[in-house]
Amino acid sequence: MAYGTLIEIFFYFFIIMILFGSWLAVTSQILMKAVMGLAMAMFGVAGLYLYLNSPFLALMQILIYVGAVCIMIVFGIMVGYTPKELAAYAIEPKNTLLSLAASLLTLGVIYLGLSKAQWQPSPGAGSGDFGITNLGLNLMNRYGLAFELISVVLLIAIIGAVAITWNGKRRGLSK
Amino acid sequence: MISLNLYSYLAVAGALLCLGLYGLMQHRSLIGMLISIELILNGAGLNFMAFNRFLAPDPTVGQIFALFIMGLAAAEAAIAVSLIFAVYRKYKTSDPERINDLRG
Repeated sequence: MAYGTLIEIFFYFFIIMILFGSWLAVTSQILMKAVMGLAMAMFGVAGLYLYLNSPFLALMQILIYVGAVCIMIVFGIMVGYTPKELAAYAIEPKNTLLSLAASLLTLGVIYLGLSKAQWQPSPGAGSGDFGITNLGLNLMNRYGLAFELISVVLLIAIIGAVAITWNGKRRGLSK
Repeated sequence: MISLNLYSYLAVAGALLCLGLYGLMQHRSLIGMLISIELILNGAGLNFMAFNRFLAPDPTVGQIFALFIMGLAAAEAAIAVSLIFAVYRKYKTSDPERINDLRG
């Protein structure tokens, strides 16, 4: 089997992984299964990042989404929910039809736009240095302000998360 | 070569967005809505990466933007999980329909 064919087969595999995982994530009655679907979809997106010339982003996707966000959501499920609740109120039947219609309409509009759109690549597109050295240099020089801002946002988010959960335990939110 | 075509990535990103939208409207628990928001953010990141690979002159812009989306998603998930804790502690439920103190 040719090397290119194998690459294509894996591409289809990643797409099927994304679609199946996100379908599982949105339709599953049990929230733990939904998180497993989310992790599967994240792995698929990481695979597509490999095809888009950036293995660093693929690794970060696995590390941050699968390793941090999914674990945090699992933690939230295990603390806040009892198993009896899970099956009882996961899905509202009367809203399913309406939300299905709305999302299919959005999908149709997006695909209609995609079928009409014509994009011209700018000169030199896709041929530059996608490597991690160039990425790091740009992150420190040209996008330094954005880098500092995201650091501050993360710090504030961590402090805020701790403060919210702590305060609720003692006063204010508890009674 | 479907993996060298911009439109295949955009179609996958659109499917992720719409599946996330569906889950956001139809799920009746706060954690389920959070999961759907993560799907939507991933669709956006995939979109940026696809345009970065095929159209943009500077190959680092899209990668940096996708990294920022990941960082903001992590921060948002932390805040959302802690808010869900606080709500659960006060109301003993995570059903958004029953958190209705401000209903007129």
